[in-house]
Amino acid sequence: MSNVISTSTMTMSTAMIRLLIGLTAGAMIWAGVERGELSMILNKAARVCLECIGLG
Amino acid sequence: MSNPLMMNFLDGRLYKGALKNFCAPGLNCWSCPAAVLACPIGVMQAIGGSMNFSVSLYALGGVILIGLLIGRVVCGYLCPFGLFQELIYRLPTPKFKLPRGAERIKYFVLITFVLILPAAVTDYAGIGEPAFCEYICPVGTLEAGLPLLITHPELRAVLGGLFALKIAVLLIVLIGSATVERFFCRVLCPLGAMYGLLNRISFYRLSIDEKKCVGCGRCARACPMLIDPTAAPNSSECVRCDRCAADCPSKAIEIGLK
Repeated sequence: MSNVISTSTMTMSTAMIRLLIGLTAGAMIWAGVERGELSMILNKAARVCLECIGLG
Repeated sequence: MSNPLMMNFLDGRLYKGALKNFCAPGLNCWSCPAAVLACPIGVMQAIGGSMNFSVSLYALGGVILIGLLIGRVVCGYLCPFGLFQELIYRLPTPKFKLPRGAERIKYFVLITFVLILPAAVTDYAGIGEPAFCEYICPVGTLEAGLPLLITHPELRAVLGGLFALKIAVLLIVLIGSATVERFFCRVLCPLGAMYGLLNRISFYRLSIDEKKCVGCGRCARACPMLIDPTAAPNSSECVRCDRCAADCPSKAIEIGLK
């Protein structure tokens, strides 16, 4: 048995959780781009955000 | 890294190019004149409060992916406000410890002000307010509000109670950061809360070699977040600053991708 604390807990299930979360995150980014979030972001980010500066 | 256009502070211009489609890894106001990237927390609220969507899959997915890869390394090395707090803490002021449980406030801030309020509290057109940016975020006040008020005199005419609230929050955070190490990261930052949840499984992690560890406790004393790395090497509060590994006399702490 390993003496390194964190790698001793690096089990197969951790690898599976990482894989699932990574795939889910990738799918979320793809879905967000596909449904047109980028144009909304650019529209907002290119102007002064009055709420952000306390004037909204 | 995300604020390279420093000359824009002189005239208050904002960058409007395509890079603003991408989110900065750390908390960084997109109305800051020097910013070339969008703020992930700002995007979550803007999309979550829009008429069409109630959650930003793009920003949430991006934060999860970055968190899975490097966890709170973002807080330790990539966030400009983290650096700002480190500098403020060096001021010769009295230093205090954070009360027990105060770290949990940031999860309340994340759920309430970033995820729920923008989507749930909407106007007649169905558009929600970015509650965290509007009522809490001191980064926006510091990086965008104050510089833009200096360069745009017309904005000063519409100052009101909300700006007074934002200035009060900024002052509290400044005093907090001067007296408690990384006060904002530990107590209020919703982005730190998300990355912290992913610290436990992130590829970039900390490990202790029990054979080498002599139990001297120097790592725990060196930690700015008051964590004992030997007990919780991948705590959600760890910002991966590497101070524990640097202070370890027996080199029992390793930090890196695993």
